Amino acid sequence: MHAITEYIESYLGSNLTPGAAGNFFWATVYILLVFLGLSVAVIAMNWLERKILAHMQVRLGPMRVGPHGLLQPIADALKLLLKEDIIPAGADVTVFWMAPFIVVLAAFTVFVVVPFGPTHAITDMNIGILFMLGVSSLSVLGIVTAGWASNSHYPLIGALRSSAQMVSYEVAMGLAVISAIMMTSLSGRGTLSMIGIVEAQLAEHRWFLFKFFPLGLVAFGIFAVAMVAETNRAPFDLPEAESELTAGFHTEYSGFRWSLFFLAEYSAMIAVSSIAVTLWLGGWLRPFPNALTGPTWDLVFSLIPGITFLFIAGLCFYSTVRMPKHPLFRIQTMGLAGFGALLSLIGLILLIPAVRVRIGDVFWFSAKVAGFMYLYIWYRGTFPRYRFDQLMKVGWKVLLPTGLFLLIATATWAMRSEVWTEVVVPVWLGLVDLLRRIF
Amino acid sequence: MNPLVANPPVATPFFFYLLAAVMIVGGILVITRKNAVHSALALITTLLAQAGLYLMLYAPFVAGVQIILYAGGIMVLFLFVIMLISIERAQKERQFNKQWAVGIAAAAALGGLFIAVYTTRTQGRVLFPQGRVSYVEGDNTQRVATLLFDRMNGTYMFAFEIASLLLLVAIIGAVVMAKKRI
Repeated sequence: MHAITEYIESYLGSNLTPGAAGNFFWATVYILLVFLGLSVAVIAMNWLERKILAHMQVRLGPMRVGPHGLLQPIADALKLLLKEDIIPAGADVTVFWMAPFIVVLAAFTVFVVVPFGPTHAITDMNIGILFMLGVSSLSVLGIVTAGWASNSHYPLIGALRSSAQMVSYEVAMGLAVISAIMMTSLSGRGTLSMIGIVEAQLAEHRWFLFKFFPLGLVAFGIFAVAMVAETNRAPFDLPEAESELTAGFHTEYSGFRWSLFFLAEYSAMIAVSSIAVTLWLGGWLRPFPNALTGPTWDLVFSLIPGITFLFIAGLCFYSTVRMPKHPLFRIQTMGLAGFGALLSLIGLILLIPAVRVRIGDVFWFSAKVAGFMYLYIWYRGTFPRYRFDQLMKVGWKVLLPTGLFLLIATATWAMRSEVWTEVVVPVWLGLVDLLRRIF
Repeated sequence: MNPLVANPPVATPFFFYLLAAVMIVGGILVITRKNAVHSALALITTLLAQAGLYLMLYAPFVAGVQIILYAGGIMVLFLFVIMLISIERAQKERQFNKQWAVGIAAAAALGGLFIAVYTTRTQGRVLFPQGRVSYVEGDNTQRVATLLFDRMNGTYMFAFEIASLLLLVAIIGAVVMAKKRI
């Protein structure tokens, strides 16, 4: 018994991720926490997407289940679990069963290396970013097999579109990622590890978004476009274009299996957003970690998580007051007040000194990822869907050449002194010499 | 504390046998399934298990590239092509090239070669080293990069570039042959 508690406590003093410390107990705890957090995030995303889209289109969105439709995701999940599970006649049953699991496995495995903080990651791999790109590219297999196994035309076409799209945009995405990795290697700390990349940004006193001024921004731009295409979201949601293909590759899926696809899509969105946050937006670092230093600024920034929750709780209380004073709305009003109380409780817990010191990095990481999630919804509310040939044109004729040029430009600019002394000057001298001999 | 000291090595024989068994079963499924999509899925399993073997050899970079290129890239294109074929008709057709005798002979010869190499002793030594040099898992990527690109030790730069040029030629050739009007 003593040995077990000692094993559990031995990790607490170390400055390592549980994977690096080789502590199976804490690794399991972290995996469960990440799984739980992701599920909550997907549920919240479901509600937020419907609400925000509705407000963008001047609608109310879900209002019936719970106050302001807050319980709608739970109702949806229950509905999906209770639905009949249909396997179409002539479907390849084994492959049809496997496909959703491949997609979910690929989407969740990626989070093994996502750094929520210097020690708040399940593990840190030497090939972190490579692992993320590789495993997330496996989700195409699930989509393709799902479309094929359904033995139906719409899913097959959706699967073909999706595989063509994801393979095309992976190239541009990879080029943008390489440009960011190259930026880490310039300070002599070249690494593929996700934690290492954020630490390089801390050491260089700037996010890679602003490094080599326009270059980092361009790389981020390429990634930001490619990641929307990778996750099959609007305006690049051709694989599930409902006006043409009903629902694309998951047309024939229903109930629990369909909800697995849903879960995988949203966690894949969170995964690619966290790649973008790690590579260009400083990962878990709070704003201005090097410029605004000192105990006062530390205190100010560490109070922000709690205050954010208290602010949202305040909004809840405000709407509670504004609820109609009709007896039919009594339960809804009480529910909203209860939700506000829950949020303010979380906010108060986050203000406790011992908690706020440890939770800061996770908060900043999640806040940045949440920004991307909002962008996803915004895109969906704003942009019309692309046509397939336009999509391919953007991928191969715009993003790919830009990415290649960017890669060369980053390398050249980074090695500018070497390029000057070893390429430009010798070539110039040679030319001058040649001209002298001719004339 | 040094994390490597605290960590028990993951590369236990159990995982080797597990991955090797997955690879062999996957390989057999690839050639015995009549449905081409099932064959392709079995091949993907084999390739993923192979990536696991690379990890056991402390070569995470090679494992990552294996997953990205083969499992995530090439096999997706395989599936893409296979899905466009009418599988039902292909399944009913009799297999026309009967090469299993030659295949078994070739496989047996290769297996015999492996066993021969493994058991051969030259000057009282086996060819395979008894113990394994234990590399630090962490610096495999850096080693690959140094071998490829370093100014002093970069012996493989030329070969690397030639190989990529070869691929470029193949791509251009494919485009020229497939497209009538460029």
